[in-house]
Amino acid sequence: MSARVAGPGQARPLRLGRIAVYTVLVLFALFYLMPIYVLLVTGLKSFDQVSLDRMWNLPQSFSLDSFRDAWFGNEQTAIRGLANNFSNTLLLTVPATLISAMLGSLNGYVLAKWKFRGADVLFPIILFGMFIPYQAILIPLVQTTQALGLYGSIPGLVFVHVVYGIPITTLIFRNYYAGVPSELVEAARIDGAGILGVYRHVLLPLSLPGFVVVAIWQFTSIWNEFLFAIVLTSNPAVQPIMVALNNLAGSYSVQWNVQMAGALMAALPTLLVYILLGRYFLRGLLAGSLKG
Amino acid sequence: MQQSRQESAVSIAVSPPRTRRALVTADRLISIALIAPSVVLIAVFVYGFIGRTFYISLVRWNDLAPDYTFVGLANYIRLLDSERFQIDLRNTVVFTTTFITLCLAVGLLLAVLLDSGIKGEALFRTIYMFPLAVSFIVTGVVWRWLESPSSGLNLLFDAVGLPFLKNGWFTDPNIGILGVVLAAFWQTSGYVMALYLAGLRGIPDELREAARVDGATEWQLFRRIILPLLNPITLTAVIILGHISLKIFDLTIAMTGPGPGFATDVPALFMYETTFFGSRFSQGASIAMVLLLLVSGLIVPYLIYNARHELQR
Repeated sequence: MSARVAGPGQARPLRLGRIAVYTVLVLFALFYLMPIYVLLVTGLKSFDQVSLDRMWNLPQSFSLDSFRDAWFGNEQTAIRGLANNFSNTLLLTVPATLISAMLGSLNGYVLAKWKFRGADVLFPIILFGMFIPYQAILIPLVQTTQALGLYGSIPGLVFVHVVYGIPITTLIFRNYYAGVPSELVEAARIDGAGILGVYRHVLLPLSLPGFVVVAIWQFTSIWNEFLFAIVLTSNPAVQPIMVALNNLAGSYSVQWNVQMAGALMAALPTLLVYILLGRYFLRGLLAGSLKG
Repeated sequence: MQQSRQESAVSIAVSPPRTRRALVTADRLISIALIAPSVVLIAVFVYGFIGRTFYISLVRWNDLAPDYTFVGLANYIRLLDSERFQIDLRNTVVFTTTFITLCLAVGLLLAVLLDSGIKGEALFRTIYMFPLAVSFIVTGVVWRWLESPSSGLNLLFDAVGLPFLKNGWFTDPNIGILGVVLAAFWQTSGYVMALYLAGLRGIPDELREAARVDGATEWQLFRRIILPLLNPITLTAVIILGHISLKIFDLTIAMTGPGPGFATDVPALFMYETTFFGSRFSQGASIAMVLLLLVSGLIVPYLIYNARHELQR
């Protein structure tokens, strides 16, 4: 905190302060990057180079064996590859993201522009659903999905993620549409547009940034989700990637380098989204704290 | 308010009152129809299921075969008596307080430093926040090895001449839970930094200038003006971090599980194992209800506060 803004005659304390600031910033950057370094160097080592006391050493030779084993599996070492689970997660995440974005958009539109009596009470009641510990609904959820024939299937997981995604997607779209001037809506209605016409011709064309924020949010959270995935799927052929990764890493018998390679591949899609669309990612994050 | 304005605008524009009313009613019906599916789903899958879980917690279904004999609060009494649950509650308190404190302190520090007009701000910000895009499972897998007693951070401490910092991390029966806190902190602190940074950006420069003109030192400016203005953000951060830490589950499973002597056990994990490994559904439901109660104590006042606040605007 010694970074005082110096007057013209005080260049030196400023410079010292700057050095301190950068030192702190760089040290923290190293802290956040450290696990990525370990993931990378361990994933690039072959099994004979991996040892606990040389964790931080760079690989002596470049090997993609760990990635191959983590992806395709290896019968000799009884490793189940993650390729199949990766595509399970993709098949789960994409439809769930699209459907919940659509639902959220419609809900947000009604709650922002067609407020009915009690809407202000209904909204926090819906929002509560995104904060609950899902343990509190898990037993009935298993019973219900079993009764509906959705248990243990990808469509079942899609349905569950759409349902429990309603609060956050509604929240983001409601706050987003609240920023659209009501005059635009009124003008369209004077021109004779009904509720659906206003949505299609006024709100929807303005919605792209809202859809991007919601899509990134839902994609990231569904991709990374674990509790629903592990409780609602028992068959390894249907399991999403995080469950498979946890199984892969859960046994100490599985080679450590393969675990790291698998973790890196499981993290890659959401990391790419973050790097490419970071601005929208941040907006979703801030929206999640209710202040849109 | 907004709606009455819309209606009056319509009434001026559309002259025959009968068509107007028909139009409004049709749109009103459609608006209800649009939101109804979501409302029904939330009513059933959130509130209905919570009710059902509560009901299950009051019966004797502690075996594979469902048994709906009413036993009152027996499952809760047994739960509060169990040593594992007492350890869980202690762990939750330790986890929540240290996790929130660490995230707030570092989040604020980094935000202030990033806001001080340094070069490469965007790069640092990107680095501090990328763990937010990573799954708790991935975080757990990596940190399990980083906190391995014979490797990882302990090797690093040796290398930089700080061997006294070496410890057993999550394998330590006494402070194991703090090992999980460290990994959770790595994952989540960037979020707090982003919140504070957005808050700092929202403070007008004129305010700082005025304070400097009045002769305030930078420290006084920060302590007396900036920090109080950030209070609402601190509240938000505490609520969000609080509900994450009360519910922590994925990270614990991927890193350690219950740990030695339940050193890293938490209620969410206890519920999961009791219900889905132990098939003691009513007992599991009672843990879930206690967990829900803890989270609600934090979230419900916040939701009400937010809703009131919004109505006033």
